[in-house]
Amino acid sequence: MSLNIWTGALEQGLLWGPMILGVYLTFRILNFPDLTVDGSFTLGAAVATRLILSGYDPWSASLAAVLAGAMAGLMTGLLHTQLKIDPLLSGILSMIALYSINLRVMGTANLSLLRVDTILTAIGDLTIHNFAALVLGGAVCLIAVTGLYFFLQTEVGLGVRATGDNPQMIRSLGVNTNITKIIGLALSNALVAVSGSLVGQYQSFADIGMGIGMIVVGLASVIIGEVLVRTPTLIRALLAALIGSVIYRAVIAIVLQLGMPATDLKLLTAAIVTAALAFPVFRGRFRKLPAYRERSG
Amino acid sequence: MLEIRNITKVFHRGDINEKLALQNLSLHLAPGEVVTVIGSNGAGKTTLLNALAGVFQIDEGQILIEGREISRQPEHVRASYIGRVFQDPNLGTAASMTIEENLAMALHRGQPLRLRRGTGRSQRELFRERLRPLGLGLENRLTSRVGLLSGGQRQALTVLMATIACPKLLLLDEHTAALDPKTAGVVLDLTTRIIAGGQLTTFMVTHNMEQALTVGTRTIMMHEGQIILDISGPERERLKIPDLLKMFEQASGKSLNTDRLLLAR
Ligand SMILES: Nc1ncnc2c1ncn2[C@@H]1O[C@H](COP(=O)(O)OP(=O)(O)O)[C@@H](O)[C@H]1O
Ligand SMILES: [Mg+2]
Repeated sequence: MSLNIWTGALEQGLLWGPMILGVYLTFRILNFPDLTVDGSFTLGAAVATRLILSGYDPWSASLAAVLAGAMAGLMTGLLHTQLKIDPLLSGILSMIALYSINLRVMGTANLSLLRVDTILTAIGDLTIHNFAALVLGGAVCLIAVTGLYFFLQTEVGLGVRATGDNPQMIRSLGVNTNITKIIGLALSNALVAVSGSLVGQYQSFADIGMGIGMIVVGLASVIIGEVLVRTPTLIRALLAALIGSVIYRAVIAIVLQLGMPATDLKLLTAAIVTAALAFPVFRGRFRKLPAYRERSG
Repeated sequence: MLEIRNITKVFHRGDINEKLALQNLSLHLAPGEVVTVIGSNGAGKTTLLNALAGVFQIDEGQILIEGREISRQPEHVRASYIGRVFQDPNLGTAASMTIEENLAMALHRGQPLRLRRGTGRSQRELFRERLRPLGLGLENRLTSRVGLLSGGQRQALTVLMATIACPKLLLLDEHTAALDPKTAGVVLDLTTRIIAGGQLTTFMVTHNMEQALTVGTRTIMMHEGQIILDISGPERERLKIPDLLKMFEQASGKSLNTDRLLLAR
């Protein structure tokens, strides 16, 4: 394998890293399978791209994208907590609504950022252009992991974690779990939109379909991280999600190199997630056999 | 301290499953009074505690704590001054979080969450001090995940969590029933010590007749959503378990369903 593939995987793993952290936050910490992701990822790219093309400076445009992501999470949170809609369905409703919203934001199905200044070109001007994505992705992931690590240990963060772990208990301690769920969802989708805006600028375009299947990419990365890294502490769990993100990109790069058509990637990703989810079932089956023999023998 | 005035709760009103779970029930508790609650399955014991904690709104009647009407307050508001422990040790703690984090949340019970570090060095001393008397060695495991603890250890921690912020009212719902007899004894022992230390006004629902007569100073028996017996003072001190069963039969016209009840230790 060439060095290029590995730096490419590292770059992409880091740029998609905040999204993986967002998925980890909802699926694993908040115990809320949030499907808003597909929509909020595109939203991040759409808002950043649109604002940059309208002449806003790329940093403010990216910040606006993050806030838009938080609003998308808020929308899902309100659907679930105020209208009592099931978590999966709340996410799906937001995702579908965002499809139209994203089209409105972009005004068209795709927008190009070619030869336009972005935060990547800005970072490249400060450092070396070839390393801009790496530097930016690394810095953003560092900030996201550190921020999340400290946030999850604040009183609010403990409330969010306890809401995912044992909602009845945390309610009996006087915490309104509607609020902690909304906070978790808003934060998660803000992180997803960070990745959306970075990826849009990295690829130099935003496309209405770029978010399709992102939730499964997120899950695949989270699961790969959990399989490869033991996660007895919060910080290790967060780092595992990022490691999973990089490994996922490396796997994709390798199979593409081996000649798999790019159009089959989503099928492969779904297969990875299925295999990982099915793993305990198979392991259970293999383990049961000898244990049974032991007892009867 | 606690005044329950003619409260009524009907589940599934107007439907074939309609259930009158609390019927015009009244009760007065003095400050620091510890009451044990017994009654057969479905008598309404848990429903009574849920009504006090605000899990649902009652249909009629009033609940006053220190003279203030609370029956319209939502659960999370009442939680600031009501501590609860359930039968299932898993319900009272967050398994994926550390002992210290669980205690910190309990210490902040009812207070608004802030963006400040939830656990700190100053609290740690307090937690160690409160965990040490449990005699379970938990004071040396503050950063262990609660999921690693045994059921008895978790329930002991839950009792501490329910009481660490000095609630005005403590509600225990068969909180030793899921534990083996030895662990149940340990948890009950620390419960009574904590109650006595904080002079906490307490409801303790129990399935254990001996606990019902030895813990606290007053025993009430429930049947079909009503209080059918209320015994305290010298009368209670003289009472033996068979007397209690007989009193139940006389008051309710039925025999106490004893399959789930522990008649002795
Ligand atoms: N949330 C509820 N919805 C409907 N019925 C309930 C509910 N909670 C309790 N009940 C019914 O109310 C009655 C009293 O239940 P409960 O208070 O749990 O009894 P116990 O004395 O065994 O704790 C039972 O018939 C029960 O089925
Ligand atoms: Mg009960």
